[in-house]
Amino acid sequence: MLRFDLSKRLGSKSFHFVGEAGEGVTAIVGPSGAGKTTLLNLISGLMKADAGHLIFNSQDIAQLPAHQRGIGYVFQDQLLFPHMSVEKNLRYGERAGRIGFADILGFLKLDALLARRPATLSGGEKQRVALGRTLLSQPRLLLLDEPLANLDQARKDEILPYLESLQERFSIPTLFVSHNRDEVKRLALRILTIENGQITSAT
Amino acid sequence: MSTEELTAFVLSLKVALVATLFSLPVAVALAFVLARKTFWGKPILHALIHLPLILPPVATGYLLLSTFGKKGYVGAFLWDWFGFTFAFRWTGAALAAGLMALPLFVQTIRVVMEASDSRLEGAAATLGASPWRRFFTITLPLAFPGILAGALLCFVKALGEFGATITFVSNIPGETQTLALAIYSFLQTPNGDAAALRLISLSILIAFAALLASDYVNRALQKRLKG
Repeated sequence: MLRFDLSKRLGSKSFHFVGEAGEGVTAIVGPSGAGKTTLLNLISGLMKADAGHLIFNSQDIAQLPAHQRGIGYVFQDQLLFPHMSVEKNLRYGERAGRIGFADILGFLKLDALLARRPATLSGGEKQRVALGRTLLSQPRLLLLDEPLANLDQARKDEILPYLESLQERFSIPTLFVSHNRDEVKRLALRILTIENGQITSAT
Repeated sequence: MSTEELTAFVLSLKVALVATLFSLPVAVALAFVLARKTFWGKPILHALIHLPLILPPVATGYLLLSTFGKKGYVGAFLWDWFGFTFAFRWTGAALAAGLMALPLFVQTIRVVMEASDSRLEGAAATLGASPWRRFFTITLPLAFPGILAGALLCFVKALGEFGATITFVSNIPGETQTLALAIYSFLQTPNGDAAALRLISLSILIAFAALLASDYVNRALQKRLKG
């Protein structure tokens, strides 16, 4: 269970997010520039909140640096390490736990890609590697920032089933930022709407 | 080539190599701080690092002498406690060469670090990597082309250093007389032109070889990143 009350000022813009997310997928929707990615950055610790709390499983983790939070983040543009092979990318944050390397290779069909470099992968392949890399770090919470946004329809159709079966397979609480109403309908149990730096509705 | 010329050549290589090796960690650390950190006084640090590039080399040499000479603040301490001195030694030539080349070294690495996506380090953090691990596994390997190019540039610059060296450690054959200083001495000597010309040709050859090597390695590394 995640509860947050976080504020941040960036230049002339101010953000104040109050909300919560539980099991399953919680979608975050809203117009561009409303602060969806800012919320994920604050939760992951990539951006430090000016004030507030971030309670995860009854512990306030707002002051912890990103690498100690145990929160996985799949970025819109994947951010695979360009100087490492796919296998080294996958193993970068690997930790012993319930999600094993073999599970991930099977689940995301990555066997054939292991020796390749990120620059040689298609958009869909990159997104599968990014998802696998994050899952292998055994995240307690998963943040997905528009994982389908840069993909054409064929690639979206390729990735969406993985995202749908993610919960059945690994059941990790997930925050999922999306622009696309259909994706949200297919994946999310709850929807948080962000407008103008604040959460304006939770359904 | 005479023994004197050969000695100057070998000494130059030693001085430039030691200057480069010792500047390397300093340059990497300074480039990282300038490329990634925000702090009060950053413009001052930037200016300080670049000072040797702007100051007359003789002034840098004099400042080195007054700091690291046997009577200098740091020099007196080193001499009294460790019996070590830079003054009029080849190690002093390496210090002068390293300091004079440092701005170029730092700048070359900094440009590459700034060009590489700092969000990759953020991604590594979300995978549980500590700041040190991120530095050694992400920042440093991605800056490697810059570090290599900077090291070669530093080496070539150190080979040619003249003003600060002659002021700080003088022009002692076999101890501090590097290529540039030997060329100067030969030009001051009657009938020394031929020897000077040989050393000048050698300098050009080394500089060319280093720059071509830097270019080649850089392209090879870029190709590797692209798969």
